[in-house]
Amino acid sequence: MLERTWGPGPGWLGRLTDVDHKRVAIRYVLTAVAFGVLAGLLSLVMRLQLAVPDNRLLGPGTYNALFTIHGTAMMFLFAVPVMQGLGLYLVPLMIGTRNLAFPRLNVFGYYVFLAGGLFLFGGFFLHASPRAGWFSYVPLASLQFSPGKGVDIWAQTITFTELAALVAAVEIVVTTLKQRAPGMRLGRMPVLVWAMLVMSVMVILAMPAIMVASTLLAMDRLVETHFFIPERGGDVVLWQHLFWFFGHPEVYIIFVPALGFVSQILVAFSRRPLVGYPAIVGSLVTTGGLGFALWAHHMFAAGMSHGQSVFFMVASMAIALPTGIQIFCWIATLWGTRPALRTPLLFVVGFFLTFVLGGLTGVVLASVPVDLQLHDTFFVVAHLHYVLIGGAVFPLLGALWYWLPKMSGRLMPEPAGRASVALLVAGFHLTFFPMHQLGLEGMPRRVFTYGRDTGWAGLNLVATGGAFVILAGLLVYVAGLAWGLRRGRLAGPDPWGADTLEWATASPPPSYNHAPLPAVTSRHPLWAPAATTVTGIRSEVREILVTTAGHAAPSHRQVLDGPAVAPLLLSAAVTATLVGVVFTPWAIVWGSPLCFAALTLWFWP
Amino acid sequence: MLRPVSIEAQPQAWLTGALFGITAVVFILTSAALIAALVRQNPRPPTPATGSAQDDRGRIRAVVTAVGATAVVLAVVVAASLAAGPHRERAGPPDALAVEITGHLWWWEITYLAPPGGTAVTTANELHLPAGRPVDVYLRSADVIHSFWAPSLGGKTDLVPARPGHFRMTPTEPGEFSGFCAEFCGLEHARMRLTVLVDAPDTFERWLADEARTARAPTAPMEEEGRGVFLASPCVGCHTIRGTPASGHLGPDLTHLAERRTLAAGAVPNSVGHLAGWLVAPQDVKPGTLMPPAGLPDHELQALVSYLAGLR
Repeated sequence: MLERTWGPGPGWLGRLTDVDHKRVAIRYVLTAVAFGVLAGLLSLVMRLQLAVPDNRLLGPGTYNALFTIHGTAMMFLFAVPVMQGLGLYLVPLMIGTRNLAFPRLNVFGYYVFLAGGLFLFGGFFLHASPRAGWFSYVPLASLQFSPGKGVDIWAQTITFTELAALVAAVEIVVTTLKQRAPGMRLGRMPVLVWAMLVMSVMVILAMPAIMVASTLLAMDRLVETHFFIPERGGDVVLWQHLFWFFGHPEVYIIFVPALGFVSQILVAFSRRPLVGYPAIVGSLVTTGGLGFALWAHHMFAAGMSHGQSVFFMVASMAIALPTGIQIFCWIATLWGTRPALRTPLLFVVGFFLTFVLGGLTGVVLASVPVDLQLHDTFFVVAHLHYVLIGGAVFPLLGALWYWLPKMSGRLMPEPAGRASVALLVAGFHLTFFPMHQLGLEGMPRRVFTYGRDTGWAGLNLVATGGAFVILAGLLVYVAGLAWGLRRGRLAGPDPWGADTLEWATASPPPSYNHAPLPAVTSRHPLWAPAATTVTGIRSEVREILVTTAGHAAPSHRQVLDGPAVAPLLLSAAVTATLVGVVFTPWAIVWGSPLCFAALTLWFWP
Repeated sequence: MLRPVSIEAQPQAWLTGALFGITAVVFILTSAALIAALVRQNPRPPTPATGSAQDDRGRIRAVVTAVGATAVVLAVVVAASLAAGPHRERAGPPDALAVEITGHLWWWEITYLAPPGGTAVTTANELHLPAGRPVDVYLRSADVIHSFWAPSLGGKTDLVPARPGHFRMTPTEPGEFSGFCAEFCGLEHARMRLTVLVDAPDTFERWLADEARTARAPTAPMEEEGRGVFLASPCVGCHTIRGTPASGHLGPDLTHLAERRTLAAGAVPNSVGHLAGWLVAPQDVKPGTLMPPAGLPDHELQALVSYLAGLR
């Protein structure tokens, strides 16, 4: 009965319009990973170019296009969407509800994200690539210095992906606050759910800044406004403020969910509650807040007052504290538990050994006098990859290995997992550690080549070699997944002996997630002596239980929306409008009625 | 790490070294704690967790101690950073040398601002400085954002359109140092290089006096012909050669071109062969440069090269 109520419609239209959060989320994750793989391959080409001095493999134009697409795609099309995608998958399962709060909106968000990514890569493969960097500093990104459609495509890709990110954030915030299992008051929420909540609130606060900025830039280029054109009264530093007001929180938007993964994996493998749960949750919230107070540390060299630079320096140092608290709590949790060193935990160890160093070089860079020397050098390239790959990608790979048995019903093969951890961690440090030294020796970022006279050749060659070790590690990882998904041992509901609700249901979970909806009496419901459930929810309609935001006391029942065509039509109309605008401002005129028509259909009673 | 050769770069280098020391110690301690946590056998092995609160007081105390230590280290780092800079702007010493550096796509225009009663001197892509004398550097951009960076001499400062910038440095010892554009500025960002030459004060003064002279008059007939070619060509629209009618301002000042070590902001060494190659096919040497090919018959090209190569 539940399956008939919550399952998708028939045929291909049923698949396209399916509102099951798990299927949409898996599409999200797969799409983001595909964009991430493309962006990663571009970085291999860049490393080949830099392997030897005065290389003629790539010209400057191609190289600039590659690093622009690499950065843009990794940040906007891979890192944020893959984290949000996992959130969309896991949050409803972990809080014990049947679907997200706005199932149709979620479908819309996915298609908008897909369209934005295809637009950027479409432009790249059709030689209309942006070449002004993922940060598109003006006036370089203005029409005068970047003619052609590349930067317009970049700006619209931002609009697409930020729209999708906002949709996913709203889904997670509302679902988390209103649909938790009765009894799961805020203090009993799994740390990962907290992390997803913090991340989503950050998205809602940060993304509007970049959407406004990229729209103003597009207007400068398309309809001759002059927000960022200095000769006509515009201000180029304003762009930097708007960009980094989003851009720095963006790092934490990617990193906070990863911290949540680490906490969940540690609890499962150490088989004990976290030491300092309140401190860890408080640190996540503090990180989310402080993350908005240090954007201008990207701009020390652009010139700012003494007071400003001191403020942003101190704020940038202070953010090391909440992260330190979590690191120490995790070590205290693990202490003496003799955990089984399975692949997810090994990725967490890789995370520690890499991220801690990245965090420390972050403190080094926060020091203004040091930053003025190291800013825009390969030292920063090293730092940001230590933080983003060490701090986010390693936990992500561990999280996938950890939750794939839930998603697929099969365990992944341990030998491949261990081999991939070893290759990835070794390859990573081989690639990025030498870049610290290159930065100290004066190698600026974003250079397509360097002279033989600089003495940077040896370390660059090592870095390029390391990049291929990373590739090997990823291939082993993917091969492991491919084998595990077909032949892996059956996982059963809870292969790790973990504590949170997603492990209470079958693997893979049915369309309705939990058969009787669970009720919760502790922070670790699966370790509690007896399971409790909710009764009185209808199964012939898509009904869920709504609970209060703080205490998760039952409030009322609500019927969620099922599949519909309107979200598809709206995403098509939005795509047509946003793509059209790049070519003619009249697209607003014909695009708006299209969007309005789709919205009317959507909300037709 | 590069050896600091200015008064401003010294505390910066010292601070960098100190911070790396701290980084290494903290990283080793944290990693050791993690490994100890993973391998250490607990005297009371945990029962498979039941979700009940265990007695974590000892562990919490350890965490609080570690966090407190972290806060102390961070406070020390902040204090050290404040001591090493950033400092408020102070009024310049009266004997400071004033230089204006203008960033262009993709080269540096360098102007020694006129001392009282003297004349301003303009050159390109080579910054000559006297050792032991403070230099006030004024920064401008003619197009996009660039960033002036000579690593051995200290930190970088951006050249932002419509926002004049300034910094001060005091080179301490003679030598030849590399400089770069550190802010991505488009196609040829990688080949927007700069050479900084620090000389003894009297050597520098001699150089500046030489540089202030108008261009050397041609001596050989070939050079004479070359000057005619230059003045009759579109070159004069963009380039200045002081002492001739050529007074364009879009490209580098060529008055003493032959004195410079490189062509096209460090793209190639300044030799007769490279000069000819640059004139014939600048897009092959530095794709994207705003310099058009000379498009001259062979003989005129040779004359032009010999004229330019004689501009000492």
